[in-house]
Amino acid sequence: MSDEAFIELDGVEKVFDVRKKTGFLKRERRQVRAVDSISFTVPRGEMVGYIGPNGAGKSTTIKMLTGILTPSGGRLRVAGIDPSRERTRLAHRIGVVFGQRTTLWWDLPLIDSYKLMHRMYRIPDARYRENLDRLVELLDLGALLDVPVRQLSLGQRMRGDIAAALLHDPEVLYLDEPTIGLDVISKSRVREFLRELNAERGTTVLLTTHDLQDIEQLCSRVMVIDHGRMMYDGPLAGLHEVGESERTLVVDLERELPPIEVPPARVVKVEGPRQWLAFPAAESAAVLVARVAAEYPLVDLSVREPDIETVIAKMYAEQAEQAEKAGSAGNAGKAIS
Amino acid sequence: MGSGRLYLAVAVGGFRRYATYRAATAAGVFTNTVFGVILVYTYLALWDEKPHLGGYDQAQAVTYVWLGQCLYATLAIQGGGAEKDLMERIRTGEIAVDLYRPADLQLWWLAGDVGRALFQMLGRGVIPFVFGAVFFPMALPTEITPWLAFLVTLLLATLVSFAIRYLAALSVFWLMDGMGVNQALMITGVFFSGMVLPLNAFPGAFGEIVRVLPWAAQLQMPADVLMGETDPWRAYAFQAAWAVVLLAAGRLVQSAATRRVVVQGG
Repeated sequence: MSDEAFIELDGVEKVFDVRKKTGFLKRERRQVRAVDSISFTVPRGEMVGYIGPNGAGKSTTIKMLTGILTPSGGRLRVAGIDPSRERTRLAHRIGVVFGQRTTLWWDLPLIDSYKLMHRMYRIPDARYRENLDRLVELLDLGALLDVPVRQLSLGQRMRGDIAAALLHDPEVLYLDEPTIGLDVISKSRVREFLRELNAERGTTVLLTTHDLQDIEQLCSRVMVIDHGRMMYDGPLAGLHEVGESERTLVVDLERELPPIEVPPARVVKVEGPRQWLAFPAAESAAVLVARVAAEYPLVDLSVREPDIETVIAKMYAEQAEQAEKAGSAGNAGKAIS
Repeated sequence: MGSGRLYLAVAVGGFRRYATYRAATAAGVFTNTVFGVILVYTYLALWDEKPHLGGYDQAQAVTYVWLGQCLYATLAIQGGGAEKDLMERIRTGEIAVDLYRPADLQLWWLAGDVGRALFQMLGRGVIPFVFGAVFFPMALPTEITPWLAFLVTLLLATLVSFAIRYLAALSVFWLMDGMGVNQALMITGVFFSGMVLPLNAFPGAFGEIVRVLPWAAQLQMPADVLMGETDPWRAYAFQAAWAVVLLAAGRLVQSAATRRVVVQGG
């Protein structure tokens, strides 16, 4: 197995049959392509962000990577292993953390769950103790080991779950929304830990998230998926180019007015006295605000940074535009289909 | 063996999980004791009218009542053991986490349920039984052999009980919710295990049928073995046969379920 492709997907698809009730005893059968011909490779030791809106196919991909879902088509290898065929063998080499689910034993002290991991992954005693000590120190779990999991805060539980996923020294760690619902301090703590893990142990990390900041602070490479298709795969900088090319200034005026004119900003939406202005991300918002305030009866304002959904919407728009010009889909700028 | 230690650890965890809820355990002991007293007087009235109903004398009928109260939670006769947690995990999609583990799903849940059963036997079952033995005349053996045989039937009863509930829990992979299944489990469990009346007391063809259903392995068999009403080897064979059939069915359904798994909730 070459290091160039620790995780390897080639035209992977997952199609679900969905039966919908269309009337009394009538069912309509419909196929949903949760993942539609996705290809990518992740070399050993890389930290990759895997992002997309709800229902984009992120979790389905992770489920296929761990082997609990079988792909409907295409080829998939993790560490040279076909996950759905050899799920149990692979399980010893991977770690999985879900932000919204827990592997920990709800009613029992945290340490009990770790003892279980010790047995489950058949970790040699010395290595178990060494890993546990290290993780307890790095994730600051010392005071929590004897606390029943149900009494932990979300941030504490998350750290506990991350430790549980790493006791057996997995070569790859899948994180599904690891910072969801966490406060700022807990988030930065988790991020810092992941950075260290990746730098010091060379653990390959695949991270799904809604939080662009996770990606900004952790990943040099990002993949964007939507409707089961890969929209973008490349460096974070490129995503910035596509996504943050425009910010939005929302202004509340004293009264309803025709779209205001403050180039280079352009009004994209008007709703009563509220107007939405899109302007290039590179432009200063302060200058724009000053001009609006000077020329129009301004009551209130806010500036919005583009979110993942906006980034993806823009990608779609660009892709469609390019397709129209070229007469064929795909190869639209940096976005691939 | 490495995996033996894993499932032992799971069983210990199952035991300790239930041990953490002391108030629930105390409430359970109280409930089983009160129910036992009510049932004892009901049975005494019945056996007064119909002596030797089902082949039991009065002391045996009383013994049967207290055994029932002892095993009620132990064998999760009305449900509420591992299958309850499993159904919830399937419903919420948490089951995905279990499937990532390098462990066998059925053995994992069986181990946890055995740990639970052991705790509920010791923590919740023994006290009502001792209470019954102190305050009512019971037909208990004085030598050790029937007690040992009784323990074997209990172990087999635990397997059958788990196997039934595991199958029920897996149905949630298709039904998406366990409410109806739980109701069905409760009614069938309570009635067909002989919690209402010993299965021996049911007349005619109906009695013949209920005595060969798997639920008969739960309370009727251990009771009859303890009181010397049946040959222990016949009881073992009956229980083991059902355990093998139902556990094998559980494995089949499990592999079908995990193959079609649409883990709920993204």
